[in-house]
Amino acid sequence: MSFRIVVLAKQVPDTRNVGKDAMKADGTVNRGALPAIYNPEDLHALEFALRVKDRIDDAEIIILTMGPPRAAEIIRESMFRGADRGYLITDRRFAGSDTLATSYAISMAVKYLGDVDLVVAGRQAIDGDTAQVGPQVAEKLNFPQITYAEEMEAVDANSITVKRRLERGIEIVKSSFPCVVTVHASAPPCRFRDAKRLMKYKKARTITELQEESNEYSDVYEKRPYLRIEELSVDDIQADTQYLGLSGSPTKVKKIENVVFKAKESLRMEAKDQDINDLMKGLIDTHIIG
Amino acid sequence: MNNVFVYCEITEEKNIADVSLELCSKGRKLANDLNVKLEAVVIGDVGPEIAKEVSPFGVDVLHLANDSRLFPYRTLPHAAIVSHIFKNAEPEIALFGASSVGRDLAPRIASELKCGLTADCTSLEIGDHVENKTQTEYKNLLYQIRPAFGGNIIATIINPDTRPQMATVREGVMKKEEISSSYQTEVKHIDVAAILTDELFAVEIINRHIEAKKVNITASGIIVAGGYGVGSKDNFKLLYELAGALGGEVGASRAAVDAGYVEHERQVGQTGVTVRPKLYIACGISGAVQHRAGMQESATIISINTDPDAPINNIADYVINGEVQDVIPKMIKYYRLNSK
Repeated sequence: MSFRIVVLAKQVPDTRNVGKDAMKADGTVNRGALPAIYNPEDLHALEFALRVKDRIDDAEIIILTMGPPRAAEIIRESMFRGADRGYLITDRRFAGSDTLATSYAISMAVKYLGDVDLVVAGRQAIDGDTAQVGPQVAEKLNFPQITYAEEMEAVDANSITVKRRLERGIEIVKSSFPCVVTVHASAPPCRFRDAKRLMKYKKARTITELQEESNEYSDVYEKRPYLRIEELSVDDIQADTQYLGLSGSPTKVKKIENVVFKAKESLRMEAKDQDINDLMKGLIDTHIIG
Repeated sequence: MNNVFVYCEITEEKNIADVSLELCSKGRKLANDLNVKLEAVVIGDVGPEIAKEVSPFGVDVLHLANDSRLFPYRTLPHAAIVSHIFKNAEPEIALFGASSVGRDLAPRIASELKCGLTADCTSLEIGDHVENKTQTEYKNLLYQIRPAFGGNIIATIINPDTRPQMATVREGVMKKEEISSSYQTEVKHIDVAAILTDELFAVEIINRHIEAKKVNITASGIIVAGGYGVGSKDNFKLLYELAGALGGEVGASRAAVDAGYVEHERQVGQTGVTVRPKLYIACGISGAVQHRAGMQESATIISINTDPDAPINNIADYVINGEVQDVIPKMIKYYRLNSK
């Protein structure tokens, strides 16, 4: 393949409904206790990559995800929607990595893949909302970065033009390759699963998954090598363990607390004219309004 | 101990952004706690007169990189200049706005300097730490306090071993407080030509359209905020009427913004702005944790809701059990009657 796109996608706990029990004593997330989903903005990133692929001959999309063995689901989901293949960066020695250590691991995995033209990622993941890994991977690869992409305006084999969504407006920028693009939630949503691709890739597995499933597909890789989801360990990507996990993470969690609000003794009333009149009069008398 | 640094953003109008001035105020307090100086970094096409904007907030030294190529902001040249300054000065603490610019720039610099960065802090304090395993004692660390996990918990993050201790903070979270109109700021000019190379301008800006900041609800003493319970964009007009009558601004919850009732600039909460007006009227807002965190410091809170068990009612001074469409016209009517 002549043009190689890497999409960074993360499996995240669904943070929309969790309590303190979802955290371990050391302050890291107890991912096993929560439903795991495809990080929403990473799906926008996949669509962005697919649109690039649609416009460049001979392009391939590789999904790179880091996480426990079950994160292979992200790679399968991506294959159903149009990605060509994927790698799962998985090793206990990555556990406890903050954004800096994670970026180091991901950048080493991108280097392991060889020549890469474009790296696309979601702006941020909903479990941390930091938006740090994209720019940090860019720095470690020494690639320019285009953050908050909303739309791809133009692309050819040499450069890409992107509309960025900023706080109070938009900016259209152009970069040559290689570069890193992070994609904003306002970008087009990801296309649906393709029925044919679903049939083709539904049995795609990592080696770990194959070993766990005592099934008839053990010779599957030989017959259909495209079903192989590669696993990458610390050794595969030749990462230095001092930059990984807790030891490679400069940020430490000192304390975790539940959000506590000071409860007030409220004065409760109905929406009767007399009540509202008294309230407004009181607010005026105490100079809160007027 | 080394100094506290604040990266100051330049606005479209060539002023220092509010979020940066707020951080100068916070940075001044942290510098006082540590007994060190406060230094600011300004990168853009502005001259030394810009120092006047930061001086009142207690900035001791301003590092100024002035070059026409440095505005509008682009990641690589700004990152190169900030990294250059930080490598020489080795700041103890470095603060950035959690803005489009700061959230693009700070991680790139943290990666290059291999130091810790905490995004979207809601509080910054100085404190000590003892490492459990080794019993190593750390004095005067920056406690970087932020919501985590979708706002469901509050985490205190520290960087015991790396410097600078970096953090980003959203606009409106810290208070902007001038300390002296005659504060003296020393301006140090950065030799831009020695740092910038052609490769740093690899990303070309083709076009940009930035609107001037239209509303600034953080400055308003009265906020009439609407939630999903307001029901429609049309019903939001009532909130504008009430805000107009009381001399306030209209705010909103994330649900109302997501539903398209009102623009994002008015959003109150962890992914919007933090407000502390003297009066906050919450109309049809149930009060998710993320919303309450952005308005709980309001002096007086009124909640209008049909659900008597809405979480926001627990932090409200007055709870009106009723429909927004019914209550607001009455509030306007009786405000006008009583204020005459």
